[in-house]
Parts: sequence; C-alpha cells; structure tokens
Amino acid sequence: MADASIGLWTVPLAVFGGAIRVSTPFLFVSLGECITERSGRINLGLEGTLVMGAMSAYGISYLSGSPWLGVLAAGLTGAMLGALHAGICSLPRVNDIAVGIALMLFGTGLAFFLGKPLIEPTAPRLPAIDFGWWSNIPQLKAALRINVLFLFGVALAPVLYWAFRTTRWGLLIRTAGESSDAARAMGHSVLLIRLRATMVGGFLAGIGGSFLSLFYPGSWNEGLSSGQGITAVALVIFARWDPMLCLWASLAFGGAAALGPALQSVGVTFGYHLFNAAPYFLTLAIMIITCSPKRTLTGAPAELSITR
Amino acid sequence: MTSEVADSVEAAAAAPTGFLGRHGATIEYILIPGAALAGALVVFGIFVALFGKNPLDLYFYMYQGAFGTWFSWQNTLTRAAPLILTALCTALPAQLGMVIIGGEGALLIGALSATSMALAMPSAPPLAVQFAMAAAGMTGGGLWIMLSGGLRQYRGVNETISSLLLVYVALAILNHLVEGPMRDPASLNKPSTREIGAANMIGSIPGTEVHWGLVFGVIAAIACYVLIYHTTFGFAARVAGGNIRAAKIVGLSVGNLILTICFLAGSCAGLAGMVEVAAVQGRTNANLAAGYGFTGILVAFLARQNPLAVIPVAILIGGIGASGGLLQRRLGLPDASVLVLQGIIFVFVLASDALYGRIGFLKGKP
Amino acid sequence: MDFSSISRRRLLQGSAALTLGTALGTRGATAADTTIGFIYVGSRDDYGYNQAHAAGAAALKKMAGLKVVEEEKVPETDAVEKTMESMINLDGATLLFPTSFGYYNPHVQKIAGKYPKVHFEHCGGLWTDKDPKNAGSYFGYIDEAQYIAGIVAGHTTKSGKLGFVAAKPIPQVLRNINAFTLGAKLANPKTTTQVIFTGDWSMPVKEAEATNSLIDQGIDVLTCHVDGPKTMVENAARRGAFVCGYHVNQSPLAPKAYLTGAEWNWEALYPKFIKMLAAGQSIPNFYRGGLQEEIVKVSPYGPAVSDAARRHADEVKARFMATGLTIFKGPLVDNKGKTVIAAGTERGQKDPELEKMDYLVEGVLGAAA
Repeated sequence: MADASIGLWTVPLAVFGGAIRVSTPFLFVSLGECITERSGRINLGLEGTLVMGAMSAYGISYLSGSPWLGVLAAGLTGAMLGALHAGICSLPRVNDIAVGIALMLFGTGLAFFLGKPLIEPTAPRLPAIDFGWWSNIPQLKAALRINVLFLFGVALAPVLYWAFRTTRWGLLIRTAGESSDAARAMGHSVLLIRLRATMVGGFLAGIGGSFLSLFYPGSWNEGLSSGQGITAVALVIFARWDPMLCLWASLAFGGAAALGPALQSVGVTFGYHLFNAAPYFLTLAIMIITCSPKRTLTGAPAELSITR
Repeated sequence: MTSEVADSVEAAAAAPTGFLGRHGATIEYILIPGAALAGALVVFGIFVALFGKNPLDLYFYMYQGAFGTWFSWQNTLTRAAPLILTALCTALPAQLGMVIIGGEGALLIGALSATSMALAMPSAPPLAVQFAMAAAGMTGGGLWIMLSGGLRQYRGVNETISSLLLVYVALAILNHLVEGPMRDPASLNKPSTREIGAANMIGSIPGTEVHWGLVFGVIAAIACYVLIYHTTFGFAARVAGGNIRAAKIVGLSVGNLILTICFLAGSCAGLAGMVEVAAVQGRTNANLAAGYGFTGILVAFLARQNPLAVIPVAILIGGIGASGGLLQRRLGLPDASVLVLQGIIFVFVLASDALYGRIGFLKGKP
Repeated sequence: MDFSSISRRRLLQGSAALTLGTALGTRGATAADTTIGFIYVGSRDDYGYNQAHAAGAAALKKMAGLKVVEEEKVPETDAVEKTMESMINLDGATLLFPTSFGYYNPHVQKIAGKYPKVHFEHCGGLWTDKDPKNAGSYFGYIDEAQYIAGIVAGHTTKSGKLGFVAAKPIPQVLRNINAFTLGAKLANPKTTTQVIFTGDWSMPVKEAEATNSLIDQGIDVLTCHVDGPKTMVENAARRGAFVCGYHVNQSPLAPKAYLTGAEWNWEALYPKFIKMLAAGQSIPNFYRGGLQEEIVKVSPYGPAVSDAARRHADEVKARFMATGLTIFKGPLVDNKGKTVIAAGTERGQKDPELEKMDYLVEGVLGAAA
C-alpha cells in the first residue's frame, strides 16, 4: 500500500492514468465509427451498441467464466446491431441518423432489460499487464497496469490509418464514402461495402463496451456508459475521420474525464460540476478553434449525410 | 386487443395526415405508419412472450394504461406535453437540413432563465410573472440553440455535435448554480433554487389535471407548421434545406435563416423548461433533466419532422410511457421494456419509409 | 426476520389482514384488498439504495394478506405523481412508499392532499405540521452505522488517511461523512477524511476515477455515499485498499478488503409499520431511528478488522443499542475553523438541526458547497 502521498503530482498522474483507463471505450467506438463513416454512413446507434456490448460481455463472462469469451460475445453482439443498422439503412429513403437514434434506444433498452440479473454477481475480469515494474512509485505502478485491449486499440489506430491509404479494402471503403457512383462503376455493391463497414464498426464498439464492464470501471450497471458512445461518435467528426486523430482525441477525452476528481483530491473544490464537464468544454473549444466556415470539413466523406 | 391499440393510434395518426395528404396520398400516410406500428407491437409481443408473458395481456394493459380510462388519458397527455415542445426543437432545424439533438440543454437553460426571472420579480402580479417567465425561458432556450446554429454558420462547427456537447454544459451549469449561487438553503437534500411561489404556478387546463403545457405545445406546433408551410420565410427555409447553393443563388440569407430557425427551435424547448418549472416543479433543480429533450428527438424523427405530426406522435410516445408503469406492476416486466418497445416502433416506422409510393393498389392515385 | 415462528406469523397476519382494511380506509376489509405500492427512483437491482428498499418490499410480500406492487426508475417529475395516482386508481393501493427524497416536495404533498384516505410513507422527507396528515416521512440515522464504520476504519488505516466518494454535498451525505470522520477520530485523533464529490448518484466512471485519485493520495480505507457502491468497492479492493460498504452488505464483492459497512434495515422496519397499522396504531408522521430502533445495521466485520477495532466498535455499538449516543456534540469545529456546535450543546440524533447540516467537521478535507 501507498504510504507516501505524491501531493500535487496526483493531478498530472491522474490525467495520465485516466487517459489510459478512461479512453479505451472512446477509442474503440471512435475507430469503429471511423470505418463506418468513411464508407458514407453514420451510425449514431453505437451508444446502444456500447451498452449492449458491456452487458453481453459481462453476462457471458459470468456464465462461461472466461472474460475473453465475453469480449468476443460483445463484439459479435455489436456486429449484429451493426448489421441491423446497415440492413435498415439499405432500404430506400431511410435516414441513417434516425435509424441510429432508434438503435440507440433499442440497444440500451435491451441491455437494461436483459442485464437486470447481472448487476449483483461478480464476473471474471480481464487481466491487466503490469508495465510499472521498473518504478517504485505505487501510484505510477497503478496507472501503468494496462489492459491489453487498450494496447490493441492503440495499435489499431495506425493500422487503420495505413489500411485506409494503401489497402484495397481501405480504398473501397473510401470510394463508397466519397462517391457511391464511382464505387458502383467499379462494379462493387455500395450497400455491401457499407454493411461490412457498419458491422466492423459495431464489432469494435461492442468490444469498447466489454472494456467498460470487464476492466474499468469493471462491472455491469445501468449508469455505466452515461453517454460515452454518443460522445465517441462526436469525437470522430472532431477527429476529421482520421484514425490517428481519433486516438489522440480519445486520450485527451479520457484524461479530461479524470481531471475533475483529481482536482478535488488535491483540494480544488470550487465548481466541481464545471470541472467534471471539462471534456465537453474542451471538445467544444477545440472544435470552435479548429473549424472554419470557409471550407467544408477536410477529410469528410462526401456521401456522409451529416456533412452534406 | 391488437387492433384496438392499432386503431386508436391510426386514428391519432390520421389527424395530421389530412394536411399532409395534399397530394392525394392520404391513405398511404395512415396505412403505412399504422401497419408499422402494428408490426412493432407484434414483434414486441413475441419478445415478451419469450419471457413467459402473455402478449394479449400486454396489449390490454398497454391500452388500459395509455388510453383505457380518463385517468390514463390525462396521464398520457401530461407526458406528451413537454415532448411536443422538445420535438419541435429537432423538427424545425430539420427543415434546413440541420440535425439538432440538444433540446435537453435548451430545456434546462430555459428552466433556469424562467426561474431566475420569476425570482427577480417577487412582488409582480402572477400574470406578469408568468409572461416574463415564458419570455425568459424562450429567450434562454432560443439563444442556447442559436449558439449551435451560429457556430455552424460562422465557424463551421457541426451542429449535431455542438448541440449535444452543450447539453452536458447546460447540465453542469444547472448543477453548479442550484448547488451553489442559486441554492435555496432550505432545499436541504434536494439542492434547488428558491420556489417561484404557488401564486405564480400556471396550473391545469380547467376540468382536467393536464397542465397548460399541452396547450402551449399544440399552439407552438400549429404555429411552426404555418410558419414552415404557409409563409415565405418557411418556403425560404425549405429551399435552403433542400439545396443551400440554390438558396444562395436566389439570394436567400442562409445565415439569418439558420439563426432564426435555431432560435425558434430552442425557444420551444426553453418553453418546455419554463412549463416544467411553472406547472410541475415550482423551482429549478436536477429533476428537470428527466430526458424530455432526448425523447423529443425520437418524436421528431417519428413524425418525419412535420410539426403537426409531432402532436399525435408525442401522444403515442406519452401513452407508451404512461402504460409502462402498468406493465411493470401487472406483468412484472422491467422498466426497460418501454425503451425496447420505443426502439422497435422507431425501427419499424423508419423502415416503413421505404414503402411510400410502392404499395400496388395505391399507385394509381394521383 | 423476527417472523420465524409460523404460528405467530399466522396470528399476526390474520389480524393484519382484518384491521389493515379499516385502518387504511379501504372499501372492503378482506385480506386481498390491502395493496401497498413501492416506487423506486432507480433500478431495484442496483446493489445499493433501491435494492435495500426492494428488500424491504420483499419482506412485506412474504406476509399474507398483503399485495405489493412496485415500479422502478420513476423520475422525480410529474411522472411520480401519475405513478402514485395510477397505483391508487388502477391497483387500489392504500399505502404507498415513494422511496426517493426528491419525490416529497411537491409531488407526494400534492397527491397526499388529493387522496386523503390513502396513506403515504415517504423515505427521507422532513414532514412538518403544515403537510398533509396522511403523509409521513421516515428515515434512518445511518450516520450511527457510519460512525461505527469510521471507528473500524480509523483503527485499520496505516496512513491515517481515509477516503469518501460522495455524490452531492447535501445534508444526508455531509452527515455521513462527518459521522464517519468523528468515528475514525475516536480511534485515532489525527485521522483525516478526504472527500470527492462525483456530482450525481450514479456515475460509475467518475466513482472509479475518484477512487483511484484518493488511493493515489495515500488513502488506504475508503467508503462512499452513492446509489451503487459496487464500483468503489471493487476498484478500491483491486488497488489493495480497504473498504467500508454502504446501503447493503457488499462483502461478497471484496471478502478480504471489506471491513464493515453501514446498511439499511428496511426489511425489519416495513413489517413493523404494517404491524403498527394492524394493531390499530398510526405510524408517527415523523418517524426516525437508528441502530437501537433497528432501522439501520452494521455489516459483520471482515477478516482484516483487528481485535482492538472490534472491541472498540462493539463497545460503541452497545452504547447505541442500549441508551443511544450523541455523535454530534459541542465543542465541534468545522474544517474552516468555525465552531458549529458550541461547547456544552448536545445535538441528539433527533435534533432537526442535524438534518440541515451544511458543514464538514474538522479533519475532513473537502468543501461542503
């Protein structure tokens, strides 16, 4: 146990630790949404996917005893919800934003409905890898107990960045997002590309949910997400559909979420509600500074309904 | 029992379609949403049957809880009142092609502004206070959404995201004020502002227990409908919503359109906040963040962004909410069943959009 | 449950069924007519505040002649008014338990005025003479259990620093923080309690972050006052800190780290209410009590609690049980140096001043507003 306090160093350390602990769901949802939106469709339903993923991961982990099976189940649940979104959106004249809101309700409701008996039991959690072995500061050691999902997410960002630029699949997704006519002219089914992109997006969002219930905060309850999924969707637009920027944005958001409690722990007690809203103030401020009315959002897929 | 529910809803949905059906597709506008609703109810029935509940009981209790008695009707209408106003906060900007999902924030700011106004004029006659509260609520909510509109127009910030972020900002401001500078020391375990006073409460529609918010909502919805479909301003907004470039070419000031529409949208949600204070809570506290703003988004999309259709849809969603308690108590279903049902209905109604103009026997119609 | 003997239970229930009808003003006096409604603000499976009440409701369900209807996640808006009316009109409920503080003013007051024959028992409210006579408010002095948990925590901490994850700076919460701290100071006068407010009743990520921040400050025993303590208990135990639970017994979540906890005992109180009504008595409109009245209880001690701590805590508990004990007595100084209770003044548990608490006592690090 820690005997020594590290005083004001708590704040930067908490922001650093928070960036690692809190960012992972944002990272997975935003990377997933990045793939979906690059294909020309927006899925606002990832909030529901995240919650559903968290619930199913916890349930499967509890029933099977294997948290990794839980992660897989969360991913598959997410992919199914993604398929549902893509399926409905492929009907003519159906608004993808509205379908997203519908699935947000449906996913959240279903997760709450099925998750009632899972609040009290304790399910096996995902393990942490100890990266702080070299340090003798217990606080730093604790901050560096990292889950492999976080590392996976961090690695996924540059892989996606690369894949969008250079692989055939990346090009196809971007073509579908920039001009469905062009994709069709190349002999590809735009609907099929978007279906796959939305399913992959849902898969990743589901895994983001499994992190919430199986690692941090590490149990299932109905307040678990409190809007993280929808915020992560917002992060994608904020990050200009760039996976690397999604990574930085998620880390910043996670760090900002840790700011409020950390400031209180060192005695800054004024206006804690305002500090707790720091991530939202921050995002808004950065968007106001970096956006410009003179050009459309750089990097925005031309087919995306939200930017048209 | 199914048909009973579906019938009543079809009847409800029929009300605005007379206006909608100017092009002769009236039947389509009744039949398709009605069928979608019936389909959703069937799917939900199967869903609860999986958990060992009798779907017929389900339909019966839903009908009874929402529309079965005068008490149920009042329950439904009370719940519908704030939803009409918050739905307009999404439906109006949708005419311009904007997706605003921050009605909850405007509601909270509207409530705060209205309460502050009432507290600032302690000795004024009630009617003056009520008018001032409504004006303050509408201005506060209007400016809040106008902020999103302005950010989009002058900084190119996406309005969907900014309006959502502003919900959290509004909630933080509200919590900060009611727990700090505006806190009534006597509010103890529920930090609140001081009360606006019983005399200043707006009360219920005579003969009912439904508060005046319902009337405000209906008037606002009709006014918005007239504005959008029967004025030059509304025509300009729809032109701009269809094609911004075309609107600019014909010399429309898109910036002014955006700001005005966003202000009007926000003032609807702000009025909902004022009504929650002046008809229900009597003061501002965290209870106001009850999710009316978010449910309003659902209502707006289900109404296909038509301000008049918002009224029956809000009543339908209010009815589902009203029947939710009975489903818990009689059938032992968890509270989340209401969310599941809303999600299923929403999915069905959206998917049914694909059917318009494709039903064989209606095709011959002009 | 004290209803262990079947014959005794039958007897009581028989009389309950017969007299409840008239006592509660129902039309018929048959057993099936007594319907009791419970309204929860959150999910009744939250492993915390609402679950504690649901356990109380479950105790009533076991009594013959009573029908219990429940509705969860009812917001503190006019929705709760409609829920109460719906329970009265459609279910024939004659006794209602709206269990969230925010239901009381204006909602319970309004509906109680409208239905004078229905009885309302509200948890946590401050009933005054001006309120309807058919409404009452009850609450438990759970600060007594927190005081004892504080003693145990004070004995267990090595760093002398305790942590408290709290939702909002309201009197009920502040009273718990203060009682916990005063208890800890009995064990070791130098103990401090660092408090972090998360801002709302259920914010799992914030609660986990607060827990981590507190532990980073060198804090080694934590407790909380939020709706669902599971997040704090599990995360603190993972970091190797000890925990005191709240609302219900959370020891299965962290068997080694769990020291003790402050629990509600609604499953003892609610049947007591029914028996009072059955015996033709009325429940006092302002009903309060602590350990002695069996409204709150202390979780069984965990394995990490030392013998000295057990003895000290048991001794104080015995004094609460026997004669009652005054936690808040002068001279008491708040953490800004101001005297909040003058020397010689004793604020007994039933003192209404305590329900207006707006300070944190000396030794608490944090701000009340």
